Amino acid sequence: MTILLGHLLGRLPIGWLQLVHNKTRLAAALAGVAFASVLVLMQLGFLGALVASIKLPYDQMNADLLISASDMNTLADGSPLPRQRMFEALTVKGVQSATPLYYGKVEWKQPDGTIRNLDVFGIDPSVETLRNPAISARLNDISLSDVALIDARVRNVSKSLFAKIAAGEPYRFEVKGRTLKVVGTFEIGGGFSADGYLVVSDQTFLRLFPQRSAGAPNHILVTLAPGADPAPILERLRATLPADDSIVRTVEETFGRDQAFQTTQRPVGLVFGFGVVIGILVGIIIVYQVLSTDVAEHLKEYATFKAIGYSQRFFLGIVFEEALILAILGFVPGFLVSLLLYTVVATVTGLPLAMTWARAAFVLMGTLGMCALSGAIATRKLARANPADLF
Amino acid sequence: MDLSARRELYTDGDLNRPDAPVVVKGLNHWFGEGEARKQALFDVNLALERGKLTVLLGASGSGKTTLLTLMGCLRRVQEGSLTLLGTQLAGADERLLVQCRRRLGFIFQAHNLHESLTAMENVRIGLEVHGKAAMAGWERASAHLLKILGLGERLHYLPGNLSGGQKQRVAVARALVGNPDIVFADEPTAALDKNSALNAVALLKRLGTERGTTTLMVTHDTKIMSLADRIITMEDGRIVDDRGTT
Ligand SMILES: Nc1ncnc2c1ncn2[C@@H]1O[C@H](COP(=O)(O)OP(=O)(O)OP(=O)(O)O)[C@@H](O)[C@H]1O
Ligand SMILES: [Mg+2]
Repeated sequence: MTILLGHLLGRLPIGWLQLVHNKTRLAAALAGVAFASVLVLMQLGFLGALVASIKLPYDQMNADLLISASDMNTLADGSPLPRQRMFEALTVKGVQSATPLYYGKVEWKQPDGTIRNLDVFGIDPSVETLRNPAISARLNDISLSDVALIDARVRNVSKSLFAKIAAGEPYRFEVKGRTLKVVGTFEIGGGFSADGYLVVSDQTFLRLFPQRSAGAPNHILVTLAPGADPAPILERLRATLPADDSIVRTVEETFGRDQAFQTTQRPVGLVFGFGVVIGILVGIIIVYQVLSTDVAEHLKEYATFKAIGYSQRFFLGIVFEEALILAILGFVPGFLVSLLLYTVVATVTGLPLAMTWARAAFVLMGTLGMCALSGAIATRKLARANPADLF
Repeated sequence: MDLSARRELYTDGDLNRPDAPVVVKGLNHWFGEGEARKQALFDVNLALERGKLTVLLGASGSGKTTLLTLMGCLRRVQEGSLTLLGTQLAGADERLLVQCRRRLGFIFQAHNLHESLTAMENVRIGLEVHGKAAMAGWERASAHLLKILGLGERLHYLPGNLSGGQKQRVAVARALVGNPDIVFADEPTAALDKNSALNAVALLKRLGTERGTTTLMVTHDTKIMSLADRIITMEDGRIVDDRGTT
């Protein structure tokens, strides 16, 4: 390592030698940097999982455009829409189909008394509202009343239950005083607000939620004629539909706004963002502490170097050398620990937590930047090394 | 010391010798600001002779270190003229001072070795400042110097495993390895035992003869004074005596 660095730097790797000379401090510094990287990687992982889980239902929609209530922030909130908007949309040139989507939440009580929260989609069983083959194949079945399909990825439920359902053994459970018969499964996966999904027909949905009315779905899924340019149709729809109760956006755009809202306005998103900031601060403070102590302890030696004729650049080089070594050697174990934690958390929670190269590279760059910043602050102490004081 | 051995007093005429590595004219220096401002050097005039070992004597507080640090480009000249190796230091900026330092060797009272570097690597520091070209054969040069100073067996020791005197000898090697034109030493022999002190001074004298290395050393060691070519005495910031020895 010393020889390698010596070649890279074209000089004696003093920073490196200084760091390894005090092994306890080096270990503490590396642990600190590793901890900071784990913190940041985990928080970014959660943020990524939040975004990925927000996207899951949007990916299911067999639609180009989405008509939603104008006060909508996420799929789950927003007032119901007048179904009239669906018929109005169908009159617009270029619109191929428009179907209502009813959205609700139910609690699925487990035999052990615990609750799983399910997001419920009520769909018209005569059309393919969702682009999920497992759901499309069973549309006939759910057109019967009180029949449902369930998400085989519902968190913390035995996989064998879903295997049995998939094998043709219906499962019954009580929801809002009604007995639902689950006859099939599909896979979407839960997020931060629900453990998984349940799909029923619009009729069953209205029986589950008697206060809701057929005339007021939550969203209207719009498909366009094949090859049609969405922009002018979007314009026409916006002109046709009253802006005070409804808003038309592409599915992509709706997801984007949902994501922005949940990551910046909701506590979960904010907590993760805050975690990233804390991680960065912890890293900066630890690295600064180590580097500035190191500079302070070697002031006499640095002053001697100054007397010998080394310029300021040389000292900055040493401190930055130390900072970069700490960044790289600290990031590697932090990254490995995070990979392990990602797997554990993903297994335990079923959240879509996955390491991406982009994120790893981003955090590595961030760690390098953080260490360089700490180094830059620490070098201010170098000014105190006055060679005239040595005599 | 046999004072009768002193030859003649140096005269102002020396200030105009063209090959003098250091020429000081009318040098004044103050410390502190306002009320606390105190003059440490008063109209110092002096020229060092190339290749000679000059000893600087004087009571504590007489201004020896102040004069040394000014000549060594470690302080800015406030008033007067100081020409070092042909460069006027009065009004010089930090960059020029740093450049000038590279032609000098410093031996401090404290060795200030880098604890994480071996004896060899510490000596290398004195060479590396001259850039890549100077680094060719650094190991041979460093080892050679350390051997002369009696550290042939300790080349790869860390300072923590060396005695005080040994560390000081490494510091001497570090000061000399870059082949400096002038060596400034401030009571360097305090930490050295008699033999190695004389050994180091003998090396400096040899460098003076062979390479023209000029040495200015503050010391009260009479053994060393007897080896000096010239002895300058200071009192209260002034040069009060300046004579050559035979
Ligand atoms: N950094 C400083 N700040 C203020 N005053 C100083 C400073 N350095 C030296 N002085 C003062 O300047 C005068 C000369 O000091 P200097 O260190 O040159 O003496 P010296 O001959 O080297 O003494 P010693 O033999 O004790 O080392 C003294 O009065 C000292 O108090
Ligand atoms: Mg002194």
